[in-house]
Amino acid sequence: MNDLKTDSTDWATANKRNTTRLGYWTFTWVATMAVAAFGPKLIWSYATVPTIIAVLVNLGVGFGMIVANRRYLRGLDELHQKIFLDAGALTLGVVLVCGLSYELLNEVRLISFEPQFSHLAILMSVTFLIGMISGHRRYQ
Amino acid sequence: MKNRLKVLRAERDWTQAQLADRLQVSRQTVNAIEKGKFDPSLPLAFKAARLFEMSIEDIFQDEAGS
Repeated sequence: MNDLKTDSTDWATANKRNTTRLGYWTFTWVATMAVAAFGPKLIWSYATVPTIIAVLVNLGVGFGMIVANRRYLRGLDELHQKIFLDAGALTLGVVLVCGLSYELLNEVRLISFEPQFSHLAILMSVTFLIGMISGHRRYQ
Repeated sequence: MKNRLKVLRAERDWTQAQLADRLQVSRQTVNAIEKGKFDPSLPLAFKAARLFEMSIEDIFQDEAGS
């Protein structure tokens, strides 16, 4: 019983640590993205070397965030992994279907502007959020 | 799948949070299993069986087979 108690405390602590770590990586990724996006115009006047460095740092931190996210996901219990998986599957489906249709709209000249990835990123975030909320409600 | 998790927990005067802590899952997971909304994996079922010192069949019953 003591072993079980120790394991559970370790599990809870590890879970908290994974969540905090993912938060730090996400925050850093957003910050480096902001530097890479606005730095060339506002700080170093489109000099090539700092721009390349900023983009590489952003990419590196992005991969770090992916690893942290994977570790966070593996640390979740099985119900939360299922909720995460369901939300991910919903997001993949919605973004694939809507993304291709969105691109088609421009090709068949139903819309005049060029489709932008940022619109898909917003759709992806909103769909994932809806999937997570509905998943949590389903198992309440 | 039916289960006796709620009864066994009540017999030991444990809260859902205490059982969740012992099984290394969240309280929401214990609640979902107790309500029959979520079927646990085999490793989690074994863990529950070890915790209550019972066999898996004594805790979880297949509704189709009962």
